[in-house]
Amino acid sequence: MGYPHKSHPRETPILSKHFGDPDARTLSGWRQRGGYRALEQALGTSPADIVNVVKESGLRGRGGAGFPTGMKWSFMKPGDGKPHYLCCNADESEPGTFKDREIMRWTPHALIEGCAIGAHAIGAETAYIYIRGEFTEPIRVMEEAVRDAYRDGILGKNAMGSGKRVDVHVHRGAGAYICGEETALMNSLEGRRGNPRIKPPFPAVAGLFGQPTTINNVETLTAVPHILTNGAAWYKAMSLSSPKSTGSKLFSVCGNIRKPGNYEITMGFPFKEFLYDLCGGPLPGRKFKAIIPGGSSVPIQTVEEAEATLMDYEGFVAQGTMLGSGGVIVFDDSQCMVKQIARLARFYAHESCAQCTQCREGTAWTTRILERIEHGEGTMEDLDTLLEIGDNMTGKTICVLSDSCATPVASGIKKWRNEFEAHIKQKRCPMRTAVAA
Amino acid sequence: MSAREEGGLHAPAHASHSSAGHGHPAEHTPVFTGDNRKKLDEILSRYPSKMAALLPALWIAQDEQGWVSEGAMAEIAGLLELTPAYVKGVVTFYTMYHQHPVGRHFIQVCTTSPCGVCGAEDVAKAFLKHTGCGELGVTSPDGKYTVIEVECLGACGFATPIMINDDFIESVTPERVPEILGTLK
Ligand SMILES: Cc1cc2nc3c(=O)[nH]c(=O)nc-3n(C[C@H](O)[C@H](O)[C@H](O)COP(=O)(O)O)c2cc1C
Ligand code: SF4
Ligand code: FES
Repeated sequence: MGYPHKSHPRETPILSKHFGDPDARTLSGWRQRGGYRALEQALGTSPADIVNVVKESGLRGRGGAGFPTGMKWSFMKPGDGKPHYLCCNADESEPGTFKDREIMRWTPHALIEGCAIGAHAIGAETAYIYIRGEFTEPIRVMEEAVRDAYRDGILGKNAMGSGKRVDVHVHRGAGAYICGEETALMNSLEGRRGNPRIKPPFPAVAGLFGQPTTINNVETLTAVPHILTNGAAWYKAMSLSSPKSTGSKLFSVCGNIRKPGNYEITMGFPFKEFLYDLCGGPLPGRKFKAIIPGGSSVPIQTVEEAEATLMDYEGFVAQGTMLGSGGVIVFDDSQCMVKQIARLARFYAHESCAQCTQCREGTAWTTRILERIEHGEGTMEDLDTLLEIGDNMTGKTICVLSDSCATPVASGIKKWRNEFEAHIKQKRCPMRTAVAA
Repeated sequence: MSAREEGGLHAPAHASHSSAGHGHPAEHTPVFTGDNRKKLDEILSRYPSKMAALLPALWIAQDEQGWVSEGAMAEIAGLLELTPAYVKGVVTFYTMYHQHPVGRHFIQVCTTSPCGVCGAEDVAKAFLKHTGCGELGVTSPDGKYTVIEVECLGACGFATPIMINDDFIESVTPERVPEILGTLK
């Protein structure tokens, strides 16, 4: 079942199968649906064997970067005598993305199971699920599920009677987009300001509490029990396009579109059919104008580019953008692109952790210039300045938040330059006047 | 301009803190007694360091007091073997901890682009009008409400999501605002 809509026949509901079904939230309901069998099996399997299955499946990180999960896990060396940690990234704050929220709200035990298997696979006894502070309902649901799992002996010092210790704890954030960046998340969990750390050392060497750590997104970990149950070949076969993109993927859809919500499709699904058939197309009397397919940090696509895209890691790159977190933001022809890009820049300026000069100053400066143009007070030179600042913000900072601010600005100016120039020449927003008239 | 610096982008929630009914920071009643102390001890058992309990401890204090006072920061610093200055440094980084009392109903409206294109700004305006707050970040004269705009609440498909204290409400339109306010005491 998709959510809030019923699953479309062309969806592949694996992670989302039980969305909207309150009974699946409970431990007994979850067990009835086959829950925790994969964990039981995993606890009797060696970590190396689990890592191999995940490697073989082709699963890639669903948090944004798409890094192969099995390979990430193989950087950990179980049995090296050090405490290891698993962090589950449930900070979900990338504008346009709201899939992890539904996983936690509807299938909390699926995530606990994924965390417990992941922890075992990397030789960790403890997993922390770091949930953004605003997710009060998912936090409550997850905490309740964790409590039930302990009570039932699924978690704890003798997890499912295996003699192995697996602890899972929920940790609440407190409002900061940057804490979704993996090293910032670790600092935040340790009780520090959420500033990203300079890498190296990488988390697998020195992460949380200075110990070897793996960090994975909610959706990534939730896919793991299905892979163990059904096999790597089953997962790998779920691909309509590139063999490098396998499995099902949740896409969150929002903005100016008829049926916003979460949709789960097989990798490689045609984006055009997705937007028009599954999501219902534009609102009555409107046309799509621009699409950001992977959360606000990826380049903006024109409708033509989007319609030519196959929805997988390679397919989005081939059409000038990235799959990112799978947060699809749709703008229709009633929207002013200058205003929208200015608002996105403002988001990054607000969320910069402020430790790198290029990011702290660059995001603020970019926002000011864009807002000036939006209000009809910009100059043609401003466009060059924006691109120059963007250049200085890219590839030069501790984390990529800075790059993420420059990305939509650069793609926006390139693809909708006429709108920027019209604001400058007419000294006002041409669209606002059109609406007012 | 970063929210992590002084004078962040959005109007801070403490633009006005003259409202009546809140304790003075100087008269700090300890937060971590009884159940709260037990809760903290249980939380401490989850981590290899005391410092890791800082964010959870600040949440307990805010749940208890409605905000995080200097007194609470000092109390937490003592319990976790940190300095009050360190605790304050952490508190100021995170936008959800209130450093001053706020209205009894703290209303957060998402206005980031995906909600923005669905009319979120009008939702924020409707709250300002119907609460009598008038301005973002300013507490209403009766101490009942504070309204702020926030960045993406992670529920963009349910535009416009808002939060009132710990309650998350989806698909809010300007028309629904009076009815929503009517349910608050
Ligand atoms: C500024 C910034 C914000 C991020 N926010 C998130 C987030 O909210 N959730 C998430 O899973 N990953 C986020 N990431 C990506 C993480 O750093 C990390 O790559 C990911 O959690 C790894 O998990 P995966 O391999 O399972 O995708 C963010 C990255 C950056 C640079
Ligand atoms: S790039 Fe920006 S958000 Fe990232 S570490 Fe530097 S200042 Fe902080
Ligand atoms: S943009 Fe409003 S919830 Fe994401």
